[in-house]
Amino acid sequence: MPEQQPPKVIVTKIGFDGHDRGSRVVAAYLRDAGMEVVYTPPWQEIAAVVKLATEEDADVIGVSSLATDHRLVPKLMSALHAAGLEDVRVIVGGIVPPKDERLLLEAGVARVFHPGAALGEIAEAVRALTQARRKQLESST
Amino acid sequence: MNKPIHKPVAQTEFEQAERRWQAAFDASPGAARRAANRSGIEVKPLYTPQDASGTRYLETLGFPGEYPNTRGIYASMHRGRSWTQRQLIGLGVPEDYNARLKELLAHGASAVSLIPCNSVFRGYDADEVPEELLGTCGTVVNTVDDMTRALADIPIDRISCALNDPSPFTLLALVLAVAKRRHIPWTRITGTSNQSDCISHFVANHMFFRLALPGARRVLVDHIAFCNAEVPGWNPLSVVGQHMQQAGATPAEAMAFTLASAIQYAEDCQARGMAPDAFLPRFTFFFDISVSFFEEIAKFRAGRRIWAKIARERFGAKDPKAWRFKFHGQTSGVDLTRQQPLNNIARVAVQAMAGIFGGLQSLHTDSYDEVLSVPTAEAARIAVATQNVLREEAQLTDVIDPLGGSYYLEALTDQMQERIESIIARIDAAGGMYRAVEQGLVQRMIGDSALAFQKRVESGEQTIVGVNAYQAEEDADAYSVLEYPHRERIAAQLTRLAEYKSQRVNGAVARALDGLARAAQGNANVMARVVEAADAGATHGEICACLRRELGFGQPLAMV
Repeated sequence: MPEQQPPKVIVTKIGFDGHDRGSRVVAAYLRDAGMEVVYTPPWQEIAAVVKLATEEDADVIGVSSLATDHRLVPKLMSALHAAGLEDVRVIVGGIVPPKDERLLLEAGVARVFHPGAALGEIAEAVRALTQARRKQLESST
Repeated sequence: MNKPIHKPVAQTEFEQAERRWQAAFDASPGAARRAANRSGIEVKPLYTPQDASGTRYLETLGFPGEYPNTRGIYASMHRGRSWTQRQLIGLGVPEDYNARLKELLAHGASAVSLIPCNSVFRGYDADEVPEELLGTCGTVVNTVDDMTRALADIPIDRISCALNDPSPFTLLALVLAVAKRRHIPWTRITGTSNQSDCISHFVANHMFFRLALPGARRVLVDHIAFCNAEVPGWNPLSVVGQHMQQAGATPAEAMAFTLASAIQYAEDCQARGMAPDAFLPRFTFFFDISVSFFEEIAKFRAGRRIWAKIARERFGAKDPKAWRFKFHGQTSGVDLTRQQPLNNIARVAVQAMAGIFGGLQSLHTDSYDEVLSVPTAEAARIAVATQNVLREEAQLTDVIDPLGGSYYLEALTDQMQERIESIIARIDAAGGMYRAVEQGLVQRMIGDSALAFQKRVESGEQTIVGVNAYQAEEDADAYSVLEYPHRERIAAQLTRLAEYKSQRVNGAVARALDGLARAAQGNANVMARVVEAADAGATHGEICACLRRELGFGQPLAMV
């Protein structure tokens, strides 16, 4: 994949909560910043997100969580691994208590963003993670 | 904006004084700074009698409890009776909820509220969903047995209940079943169906989607008709601006969308042959209160005035009760910061004051730690104490509409009204709220406003203390967060649900669910059948599944 191609990022919510201000604002910002954004409505099944990541060849999956749905993210990580997508970077944004943040990072989540995080910082992280993923894919082929 | 009238003859004393001030102001540091509120209304540095609409006092303001209700919907407002302290609570299993409820009532909360677990919001029983999500941010309530334990020792005939209970209103059905078992007549049950506004869910927080929008629309009118007839002290409709403002709508947009939704629901009730004087007195509203102090007060005063006009002139309601804009306010969670979270106590106090000066009927104050986790018990106590301080120490209830007559506030109330009415006109032109939402118009406006606000924060134009200014190094572990419910408690709840299902009279449940399905297929009142099914022992998940089959499952719009 050529370097100049913009990052492809899925912005999604898994679980039951529907508060989507965070995911919408981040998705719109990343799109305006020139990235290719695949936005999903809330309450995606984990299997559906994995399928989407495969079909779209996503670099990064951004999961937004307001009401404890982040507790499902370790299951998403296992499902990505099982599907052979361990190269896809996952970031989480929302209300994530410190103890849970450690659990998510241990499960392989690349970054956790909390309320008040700057959109520019999120965009930078997505770019860096995309580059890391693409390098990793190049070196493994 | 009103401008002083320049007379060709000699200047008046007022004009001379104003010019002197203007010259002195222009020479002052910072005079060039422009200011605008969140609704985009530019704010002047000074307001004078020239700006206020006091000359038409009776027409635009009037006395409290009299049309157009700008100064309040009751003659005595908070001087006579304080607002209701209605703290939202929802956690764990029914016993956890019952314990937290009793604690808050002992600390001064004066009404019950119930937030169910997100699995309940989405229309499922506990045994249908991942265990990690059970009871983590709301109470697991699926059956009349659960509701009985949740409300143990709570005098539901003397205290009002606010249920966060979207279509098809199974929580109310369960409360009515509990009342029946306690031999309490339904005429003595009071409270509000807090999440009955299906449009607001569809547009903003997406917490229902148990039913597709047309089905939800029909069930809501059934619910209003049922409650008006059988539970006359119940407010079946709470039109919610809170979701939309939390999702990013400006205060003016949120008020306009809410009023436009209320118009839509009133039209639906009329189309069903109901009389505005019968159903409008039971319409209530629910709003977000941001930290934009004067703007929020003006939003509420303007909303009250516009609604009185809509009820009287657009719907022809003659009963003054039908013109009343009864509303619950909740301090804005979006304004709270994870950074230096104790600062949130100050924010909540300012938001609460705006709601009180805005003339609300009940108030939820957020806990400072809501941005860290579901509130801890200590933080929830502080939130209740904040209301006690405002009411009893700061004496905010002594004078009715105490900021009425402020040159600034009256001018701002007029301007907010203008802005709100122009957005309502846009919704009317789109064919009403259902059409505007189906076309995505409302969602686009909210999304644009959310992004615009975030960009103002990023650019520093909008200061957020601790986030883009006055930052400090902090230890993320310094604040305690609420622990999730113990696995054993959730396991016990699941066991109890399984036992409940095996011990009930399954024939009666099947018959009741069959009756519900037939009502949904035909024209009978669906809510009456929901109540029968809950009483017969059907679970929340079974009732929702039945209606999902008959009326279709809702899907949100996928656009950004």
